[in-house]
Amino acid sequence: MDFNDTPQEAAFRAEVQNWLTANVPTEAELADMDYIGRAKLWQKKKHDAGWACIRWPKAHGGRDASAIEQVIFNQEESKFDTPAGIFAIGQGMCAPTMMTWATEEQNQRFMPPLASGEEVWCQLFSEPAGGSDLAALRTKGVKDGDDWIVNGQKIWTSGAHYSDFGVLVLRTDPEAPKHQGLTYFFLDMKSPGIEIKPIRQISGGANFNEVYFTDVRIPDAQRLGNVGQGWQVALTTLMNERASIGGGGGGVNFDSVFELAQSVDFGERPAIEDPSVRRKLADWYVQEAGLKFTGYRSMTALSKGEIPGPENSIGKLVGAPKQQDMASFALDLLEQAGVIWDEKLSERAGLFQATCMASPGLRIAGGTDEIMANIIAERVLGMPQDIRVDKGIPFSEVPTASS
Amino acid sequence: MNFEFSDEQNMLREQAQSFLKAECPPQAVRTVLDGDAAFDQRLWQKVVDMGWTATVIPEEYDGLGLSYLELSVIAEELGRCLAPLPFSSSVYLATEAILAAGTDAQKAAWLPKLASGAVIGCLADSEANGHLTAAKLTTRYAQGAITGVKLPVADGDVADFAVVVATSDAGPVLALVDLNQPGCQRQVVTTLDPSRSHASITFEGASAELLGEAGTGWIQLQQLYNRAAVLFAWEQVGGADTALNMAKEYALGRFAFGRPIATYQAIKHKLAAAYVKNTLARGNCYFGAWALSTNSSELPVAAASARVAAIQAYYYAAKENIQTHGGMGFTWEFDCQFPYRRSKLLSVNIGSEAIWQEKLISAIEAQRAA
Repeated sequence: MDFNDTPQEAAFRAEVQNWLTANVPTEAELADMDYIGRAKLWQKKKHDAGWACIRWPKAHGGRDASAIEQVIFNQEESKFDTPAGIFAIGQGMCAPTMMTWATEEQNQRFMPPLASGEEVWCQLFSEPAGGSDLAALRTKGVKDGDDWIVNGQKIWTSGAHYSDFGVLVLRTDPEAPKHQGLTYFFLDMKSPGIEIKPIRQISGGANFNEVYFTDVRIPDAQRLGNVGQGWQVALTTLMNERASIGGGGGGVNFDSVFELAQSVDFGERPAIEDPSVRRKLADWYVQEAGLKFTGYRSMTALSKGEIPGPENSIGKLVGAPKQQDMASFALDLLEQAGVIWDEKLSERAGLFQATCMASPGLRIAGGTDEIMANIIAERVLGMPQDIRVDKGIPFSEVPTASS
Repeated sequence: MNFEFSDEQNMLREQAQSFLKAECPPQAVRTVLDGDAAFDQRLWQKVVDMGWTATVIPEEYDGLGLSYLELSVIAEELGRCLAPLPFSSSVYLATEAILAAGTDAQKAAWLPKLASGAVIGCLADSEANGHLTAAKLTTRYAQGAITGVKLPVADGDVADFAVVVATSDAGPVLALVDLNQPGCQRQVVTTLDPSRSHASITFEGASAELLGEAGTGWIQLQQLYNRAAVLFAWEQVGGADTALNMAKEYALGRFAFGRPIATYQAIKHKLAAAYVKNTLARGNCYFGAWALSTNSSELPVAAASARVAAIQAYYYAAKENIQTHGGMGFTWEFDCQFPYRRSKLLSVNIGSEAIWQEKLISAIEAQRAA
């Protein structure tokens, strides 16, 4: 047992380090750019040098790299302060779906500009009545000649406002049982009839949207999979949603709260000397270390060319509530000043306040805590699904709040 | 990255699993729990014959000279079947204490016998007076003799010798004491886990031999705890897996309101939470095993992390296993009591969760100050 790279991995890591050191954009290079411009500049730079989407085939703009090489690249890149990505959904979820289900011609057209960051993609899945129960979505697609006509509403669409393309699932047969009446497409986000409205979040940001469709036309050639096969195609997208290994570690973590506890007082002494503070910190340390070493086990599997076990499925379920609890605890340590959220006045420019307000979203996005627990129970432990009242009946007859 | 057991170690695990499945079914635990025997003698002999007590003892002392990774594998499997054996006392504690601080003569006198199972050793630390501290020690060592009372001593009723923690004029000491001598009075103590026997030992001027230098006993004891904590943590993770599996199997077969209770989210989420805790504990145990096997300076952090995570995981899985079983889980007839009892024994035996949380943060502070 060791933590060392194989000679091959070490050589690859050194190559990555050298390239990153020489090429991570400087502040001067990024001056006067908004976050979209910054992200696109960095992505283009990576792509031009062959470091974008390195797992992808070269023909699609990638590097034909192995899974462990991708992990190594992510680890090294995360050591630098690089522009935040706006490509995670497109490259991480839409692309694997396209590569599995689209024609080779389509992939040759769409993958390279997605790898280079020239085109941004979004994912139009969730709806007001279809979140955790995604397959309950209602946005309608009706065949009209060589096109489909789309009417309805999507919600929680991250980055819809700056996206060029999107993938979406539509209800094309309301009389079929829920999962069988769905069809999957990709579309041009500039199509006539699309209206995008940003949603203001409790964290103050607005990076996701409501997207309204009024008689939007999508060519049938942009259908992925057969009519009625949409759920199966959607699973390809969802399988890739939580597949990342070896990233994370930012934001509020053991280090930031430990350091805070050293610097603030609790009564007459530094907070770090209080036993109740120490016990809580110990628990969080153990969780963080547990996740880290679980990740190392998965990396070991990748390094051997094996598929990692199911252990990594715990990451989000542990990580998101931990962020929330630690941020909340940090505010308590700050006492009355904890309520101040001001870049100049707050500790760490407001990191704890920002995390306190952003973490409720982390516990919901990409599968709520409850859905994640279901996934562990069903797919890892092999427990049965909950009994469903919507099974085997036409979707149009499934009970709703209004029925 | 090679953060995994080797193929050989995994083979050892498979062997251990099939051996223990046959030789240590729940009935074996129940027999000790219900009966008068202090441990399962027949199983003990077989474990000894497999060489498990000799795992990390160097070959020059008739051991197998294997690493702590192999011992971790064995510990997990013994924990998984809740083996009613004095293995931890003899191997993780007594053997480790002698390996760490014994003179050549002491090693030659005890290690071959520990390896062959000819003797059983134990650690006599607690005085049943809250958390043990150096200042509170009342058992005294002076001029080759020990006087005082130790309680509870795991396997103290069946061990041949004890590593005794005592105070002396020079400060705390560890001492080797042959328990088969007139100066040692032993009495079996009833505990909440009768599948593991415990005793009270009264030393009345029993002859004793220092283990390590006089005055260094407290430091030695902390190092011993750190090493043992990793191995106990593997036992705890094995036991936690057993409790989770028992709960899952029962939930799949038990019907209520016309369907298996395994279909209810209240049950699924409870067991998912147990899986999460077990997985976190296992990750920490891996790091503990690595630190122990490489004699890393990170052992204090690694041991405390593994210990805290394993205590939490085992207790949670064990109590929620009973809860999942409902009333039947509360009956003597069902096996749910075994992991519940064992989880509590193992959460206090070498210091409780709160103590190890404190040790963890202290070790992190020391690491960062260095």
